[in-house]
Amino acid sequence: MTENFDELAAAWPRILDGIWITLGLTGGGAALAMIVAVTLGLMARQPNVLVRGTARTIIEFFRGTSLVVQIMWLFYVLPLLGVDLDAMVVGILALGLNYGAYSAEVVRGSINSVQSGQWEASTALSMSSFHRMRRIIFPQAWALMIPSLTNLLIHLLKGSAIVSFIAIQDLTFHVDQLRLDTSTWFAYGLVGLGIYFIIAYILTLVMNTLEVRAKHRLGRGESLREMLSLKPPRTTAGTGEPA
Amino acid sequence: MTFDWNWNTAWDVLPILLAAFLQVTLVVTVVSTAIAAVLGLIIAMLRRSVPKPVDAVLKFAVDFIRMTPIVVQLLLVFYTFTNLDAITCGIIVFGIHYSTYMAEVYRAGIDAVPAGQWEATTALSMPKGRTWSAVIIPQALRATVPALGNYAISMFKDTPFLIIIGLVELVQAGLVYGGNTFRYTEALTLVGIIFLAASYPTSLLIGRLEKRLAFSY
Repeated sequence: MTENFDELAAAWPRILDGIWITLGLTGGGAALAMIVAVTLGLMARQPNVLVRGTARTIIEFFRGTSLVVQIMWLFYVLPLLGVDLDAMVVGILALGLNYGAYSAEVVRGSINSVQSGQWEASTALSMSSFHRMRRIIFPQAWALMIPSLTNLLIHLLKGSAIVSFIAIQDLTFHVDQLRLDTSTWFAYGLVGLGIYFIIAYILTLVMNTLEVRAKHRLGRGESLREMLSLKPPRTTAGTGEPA
Repeated sequence: MTFDWNWNTAWDVLPILLAAFLQVTLVVTVVSTAIAAVLGLIIAMLRRSVPKPVDAVLKFAVDFIRMTPIVVQLLLVFYTFTNLDAITCGIIVFGIHYSTYMAEVYRAGIDAVPAGQWEATTALSMPKGRTWSAVIIPQALRATVPALGNYAISMFKDTPFLIIIGLVELVQAGLVYGGNTFRYTEALTLVGIIFLAASYPTSLLIGRLEKRLAFSY
């Protein structure tokens, strides 16, 4: 048992490097996914058949072919076509495109669920369509889409564990190395799964914070400061306002 | 940039890929889906039946499995139970991992059964087993079928993670062929097409099933 922890202590700097690589892949992949998701999600709502068709084809293509296939294709086939990308770029690109396609459906669905009165009111105020999306529709859709995006973010983190196969030394790679010197259950079970779980848990907390903030900005629910303060929550009883 | 596509290579590799698809990818998907569907239901029923502290432990275990990568879970089981061959190991891990997702689907389905149904079984002094099997599960299951189908598809698309334990499934078969012949283009492109050809029609079918089951309420 103590040997296990001694080995872990010796390997810790390398594992820490692995954690940073995994976080980089997750962060980079999530950022790219968000750009892809908003672009494709908005395109998939356009009345123009050509624009909508393009978005739908891209979305179904990246959802239908597996993440691992996309990583392998970008890693092995692209160089044959003369495009040589760094393994890290391949990882971020594949994660971003794949989960971006999934998230695009979430973005599209959430925008569609914003009440039609909101659309009509902003049209009545003769807002431009860009202004309407940016100030009225998207902030409301954003609050709706966060729970689904949280799930996808955790999926993205878990999916990033396969990149050790294309020679990226991420957390899984270093945990795999650690196994050579320690017990199997210790390396994979305690260290590997444990660290991934902690990262996933922190990401969930961050996303929940974003959700509270997004809802507060829409005037629904308390702000973060109110939530964390020790004072009793504001009561709306007797004022006729919905709680 | 030239897209160097050779039809002879494509025809050469296609049977190899289809064999790997049928023998490994499809087997793991079907058997693991069956395991996950049954185990998920058991977890969902347990979580409603056991006392609160036990449920809290169960919830933590389920969250832990769901929030950690299947790749590391595969490695853990593969190197712990060295007497298991890779495909059995894969089937077990995929079955357990996805049962945690399916348990959530069942839980939502069970929660959606009106409270009056539970009360009626109590009023009729129906035994626990019969309450579940004759009243709750038939009503809960109906709404859950499409969601279970969607998880089966996402499990199918996750099967390439099995390459981490050296199983020659669809993607690995393509990589092996590519490694031997230096023709990755045809092999890996066909792998992608097979995935798309299998998952897209299935997801359309499930979409239709969802509409039908929703309307007949």
